[in-house]
Amino acid sequence: MLAAILSLGCIGLFAAVALGIAAKKFAVEVDPRELAILEALPGANCGACGFPGCAGYAKALVAGTIDLNQCPPGGADVVMKLARILGVEASATARQIAVVLCQGDNRKAQLKYHYLGFEDCTAAQRIAGGPKTCPGGCLGLGSCQRACPFDAIEMTAEGLAVISREKCTGCRKCIAVCPRNVIRMTPYASTIHVLCNSHDKGAAVRKYCQVGCIGCQICHKTVPDAYKIENFLAAVVYEHDGEAGEAITKCPTKCIRDFAAGYPDGSCQLPAVADNSHAA
Amino acid sequence: MKLKTFAGGIHPPDNKQWTSHKAIEVCSLPAEFVVPLAQHIGAPSVPCVEVGQQVARGQEIGSAKGFVSVPVHAPTSGEVVAIEDRPHPWGTALPAVIIRPDGEDRWSSALQPADPGTLSPEDMVERVRRAGVVGMGGAAFPAHVKLSPPPEKKINTLIFNGVECEPYLTADHRMMLEEPERILQGVALLQFIFGAERVVIGVEANKPDAIALLTQLCAGAPVEVVPLEVKYPQGAEKQLIAAVAGREVPSGGLPMDIGVAVHNVSTAAAVTDAVIHGRPLIERVCTVTGPAIREPKNLRIRIGTPLSHLVEACGGLLEEPGKIILGGPMMGFTQLGLNVPATRGTSGLLLLRAADVVLQPEGPCIRCARCVQACPMHLLPTTIAAYSRRNLIAVATEYCAMDCIECGSCSYVCPAAIPLVQAIRYGKAAILAKKRSS
Repeated sequence: MLAAILSLGCIGLFAAVALGIAAKKFAVEVDPRELAILEALPGANCGACGFPGCAGYAKALVAGTIDLNQCPPGGADVVMKLARILGVEASATARQIAVVLCQGDNRKAQLKYHYLGFEDCTAAQRIAGGPKTCPGGCLGLGSCQRACPFDAIEMTAEGLAVISREKCTGCRKCIAVCPRNVIRMTPYASTIHVLCNSHDKGAAVRKYCQVGCIGCQICHKTVPDAYKIENFLAAVVYEHDGEAGEAITKCPTKCIRDFAAGYPDGSCQLPAVADNSHAA
Repeated sequence: MKLKTFAGGIHPPDNKQWTSHKAIEVCSLPAEFVVPLAQHIGAPSVPCVEVGQQVARGQEIGSAKGFVSVPVHAPTSGEVVAIEDRPHPWGTALPAVIIRPDGEDRWSSALQPADPGTLSPEDMVERVRRAGVVGMGGAAFPAHVKLSPPPEKKINTLIFNGVECEPYLTADHRMMLEEPERILQGVALLQFIFGAERVVIGVEANKPDAIALLTQLCAGAPVEVVPLEVKYPQGAEKQLIAAVAGREVPSGGLPMDIGVAVHNVSTAAAVTDAVIHGRPLIERVCTVTGPAIREPKNLRIRIGTPLSHLVEACGGLLEEPGKIILGGPMMGFTQLGLNVPATRGTSGLLLLRAADVVLQPEGPCIRCARCVQACPMHLLPTTIAAYSRRNLIAVATEYCAMDCIECGSCSYVCPAAIPLVQAIRYGKAAILAKKRSS
């Protein structure tokens, strides 16, 4: 009994001393600023900065090899904190968020076949260009949702991805996995978007989608500065979108939508738009 | 006597009884031909005719671009009415030459027959290339590439594939019965090109009439006819080599690495046409079958014939098809509609009724390992599929995902209806993309 206590005690004592010496002798020096930066960063390890995780970004910041506005999830807040820690001037950038430029879900857009494979948009896209007839529309299998580190993307019951304006940090992970390039970065301040990603001619779009842009140019004629038409697809010119709202009710297919009123949190549904297209 | 075969594989019902006894019928010319410029593995051809131009049967209308590419030819004489994107069996719209037949079916005068005795192997390969011959088993890989192995790879065994292990299809079977001379001439030409010592024709044992006929015709010739066990995928290249030659193609390697070359029997017939008659590959035999068609047939079709015309030639549909498959049910491509044309790789058109198509939702893997037993490449399909789906590409590579031949045996036996082949194909594409980017 006593021998056991003594021998175990001795081993414990020896190990404690050895570890203590080793900890002192082989200590890795870490810049205290690096720890402070790591503390200030969101810690999601999303990789938006180009490093595998926040630690890599922190190291690069201390080494001075990267700008401190490379963390979109952190936003302006984190940039200010980092500037304080590193003692440099901050150049905050305007907040950017991702938007799914499509509202053609399974009720509104035509499917060309019944997809029975596994839930992944890239895998579905490989089979005859995806189950949706539209070549640019959201496939609705949720690859972006699974890629989002911030839980900002919801899939509607009808198969459409919607991104929360508030939760999105602009890390671009969803953009990287989307095989149809239907998700775009837009300024947070701009709430009006053309929700269509099909460059097909109007007659073709009308055949497969009730809410696709047909390239009719009415929005451009209503507010010339705020809209541009390229390859039969309208897009908001975000630099001059002050008056863009005027075209919303004019759009014959209702593909210009204003996100200011709560979409997509909650119901994942946009309120109906008053039909004013024949009035003007 | 025990028949030769490989390890693994499955036994799906072969459903060949509908067409195996029916002689090949010549299909009439459609009102319009849609000849896709991409019909083979490799670079698509570039059009070398203009809209409004008159073309003759067999005239080149698309020239090859690069080494792994072949020209395409006019299936009949007529006028080029358009060169535009049309729905393609691969699922999207791709460039095609549209030809309206003039009804004369006049051969091009540029085609020159030749006496094979005066040709060198190189001349023959060149004639095969110019004729646009591709592998007729379905993959449509340019034949001249397979006929020009690097000099250090000596081919000593030449295997001809008359297995036709895909259920429903009987096109190769009828070719062997009705045109054995054309096939055997091609066999002799290919043997001369390769200088191969051993020549084997492998035929599955469910075609005893073809085996008997070929054995009789090959008596005295240096060609063996080997009956093989009825099992899917007996006609896959590596499985055929394992059964006939008892050799295994190394992982990531090609049959020529072990001194073997495999060609389809119908490819041999196309080589005969190309080398001796100078005629390009503009027609093939295609089995139009399935429960949704009124009168299943083996048809001799011109390349570029719309599928809807093939259906008409077989008495039309009994009901709206639930699934349209180009090729066999195991490895064929499901089509969105009948508006696509038949290509050089179209060995069959299978029309299933809606009631024949089982849409079982995917369930969880129960670790029964039936896919592992079935895999003819001795892989672990469920493991590779799981890693592929989780984008763990490096691990999928370690489990030899690239060795998968996509035969569909694993998906066929899976009781949970897991889309294993789809997941593995997805993983293979990701591995290739990673290889290209690094």
